[in-house]
Amino acid sequence: MIPRHFVIAIGVLLAAALGLGIYALHMRKTVTAIPAASTDTRPLVPPVAGPTERVTLYIADDEDGTLRAQSAQIPMPSGRQQRAEELLRALLSIYLDKSSPHVLGAGADVRSVFLVDPGVAVIDVNSAFADTHRSGVLVEELTVTSLVHTISENTPGILKVKILVDGKERDTLAGHADLSDYYDVSAVSQLASQLQQ
Amino acid sequence: MRWTSRAESVGHRAISAKAWRVLALCAAFSLLMSAAGPEKHLSVYSVATNYSLPIAQREGHDYVGLLELLEPLGRVSAKTDSQRWRFHYNNVEGEFQLGKTRARVQGREADLGGPFFLENNRGLVPVASLGSLLPRFLGGPVNLHEAAGRLFIGSVSTHFTASLAADNPPKLVFNFTAPVNPSVSTEPGVLRMTFSREPLVSPASPTLTFGSKAIPSANYSEGNGAAILTVNSTIPVIATFSNGGRTVTIAPTATAQAAASAPAQPTATATNPAQAANPTNPASSASSAAQVSRRYFAVVDASHGGDDHGESLSNTLAEKDVTVALARSLRQQLESRGITTLVLRDSDANLSVDQRAVFANADHAAIYIALHAASSGHGVRVYTALLPYGQDDRGPFRSWTTAQHGSLSLSRTAAGAVIGEIQKRQIPVRSLEAPLRPLNNMTGPAIAIEVAPQGSDVAQLTAPDYQELITGAVATAIAANRDQLGAAP
Repeated sequence: MIPRHFVIAIGVLLAAALGLGIYALHMRKTVTAIPAASTDTRPLVPPVAGPTERVTLYIADDEDGTLRAQSAQIPMPSGRQQRAEELLRALLSIYLDKSSPHVLGAGADVRSVFLVDPGVAVIDVNSAFADTHRSGVLVEELTVTSLVHTISENTPGILKVKILVDGKERDTLAGHADLSDYYDVSAVSQLASQLQQ
Repeated sequence: MRWTSRAESVGHRAISAKAWRVLALCAAFSLLMSAAGPEKHLSVYSVATNYSLPIAQREGHDYVGLLELLEPLGRVSAKTDSQRWRFHYNNVEGEFQLGKTRARVQGREADLGGPFFLENNRGLVPVASLGSLLPRFLGGPVNLHEAAGRLFIGSVSTHFTASLAADNPPKLVFNFTAPVNPSVSTEPGVLRMTFSREPLVSPASPTLTFGSKAIPSANYSEGNGAAILTVNSTIPVIATFSNGGRTVTIAPTATAQAAASAPAQPTATATNPAQAANPTNPASSASSAAQVSRRYFAVVDASHGGDDHGESLSNTLAEKDVTVALARSLRQQLESRGITTLVLRDSDANLSVDQRAVFANADHAAIYIALHAASSGHGVRVYTALLPYGQDDRGPFRSWTTAQHGSLSLSRTAAGAVIGEIQKRQIPVRSLEAPLRPLNNMTGPAIAIEVAPQGSDVAQLTAPDYQELITGAVATAIAANRDQLGAAP
């Protein structure tokens, strides 16, 4: 016969092993399921104060797949690069509102904008921007056109725009819109006109 | 109750052994759950199409879904009846039974070499049995390279020869019996060409020696659904393609040639297969416009596939599945109008946008149609390419990123025709440009069609009548513009 305390000890060990196995499985599922939730939503830069300016933002609307011009009065710093960043942050603040006609995922932000002469703008968005973006040709195109057209219409001299994600090149925004090349501002302007009709 | 010390000792040993076994099993289970190896694939080569399927492991053996395997080759259907699985391929009937190692095909017994599995109405057969099982269904020979996961249906082999040109510096020339488009990668001392979609077969000897210090040897190998040619070199080399993709020349890079007198410093030189090392790059097609050899008039591309699911249209519906259904429907509609059509992705295969462009450009198709599906918006969107900034065309050589430039007006004409036909069917439709690859890489007319439901019910995307309504309109438009599109180089 087997001593009772031995049976209990084995039983406890088996239960512990099983419990740990289930816990490990649970942890594995949780880790793969929560990247979006763990996104750092803290602001990257302090809010800008100072004199405000009237700018034109090009807002995407998913319902009818259009882009519409909207005037906004926002505080603008004096530096050209900082102005471009504030412009896009103002645009994103609209998209981050849950009642927005073109909602972006929580934590989406513009990390920085680099203006390089002659005529190059590089928009660096954070990974939450792309990772939480909805997939689809039109919905991605609306986002890209909105960003590129807003920055080029309010910042004279930009000829081409590159979009980076977390400082790195990425093939597409969310499976469709190509991010591997420079956007031609004049071509995007024509597209924006099509989208405003 | 009284236990003797002997019994106690034996009991201790027995339970201790059992406990260790159970603990070992738990540990092995945990290890298995946490470590999944890379997915294995079976590449299938046939006259009609080449494709790739995932291989499943059951009881330590490789298995593949029979329906998925034969679906791209003909008409298939399957019916599950308790433990029996009745499968039809064209007019051939097979009957399989769960757990049984033998099946019946057209009333005759066939040995599977392992038990048959039935999972969610999917019939899984051992890969090892395909060599004897498939000829019963297909009525012709197949050649299975089981260890490499490669299946050749009919006479589809591509052979090659390799010879060292007596140039200085030396060049290694591979001649293939059919156009090839391998992915090329390099690392110090090695240039590797991986042929995932070509039915390349081994030469008489897998190791080829050339008696050159710069390029001493090359090896042929196979594995996980691909053939690999490895060129060993002591200097940095690069692969260039010519003769319509039938010739690959391995030559020293410009820097290696310039430094020929200095000791060679092996460096990594990567060649993008879809650009420089592309057998069907826009340059070659531009220079050979007068000699267009077209096998298919239309190339229909079911976007996404494999690991790329596209948009999750619902909890159970992925964009990649809808695009395949739309592509098959469009092929049927086009072919019923006498238009030869190639569906680029007819299974759940991984296909890069570069590969898609290469296949369509290689065929000089009169029209390339990429299919997408979306849950947002209503109706249909027809896209032409929004070209990226700049054109780096040099003489007859076209830039890969703006290869579509010369065909854009014809693409817009095709898009206009499609829109006209869809409007006639009372479906909301609009035309836009889009930064959507590979539209900009296509040398001929190219459009993309994104299908959304007319209302808010995503399930409409899978409704055959809705699919046929749209694909019928697209096919009618293409057929009506056949002469104009067919005249394009």
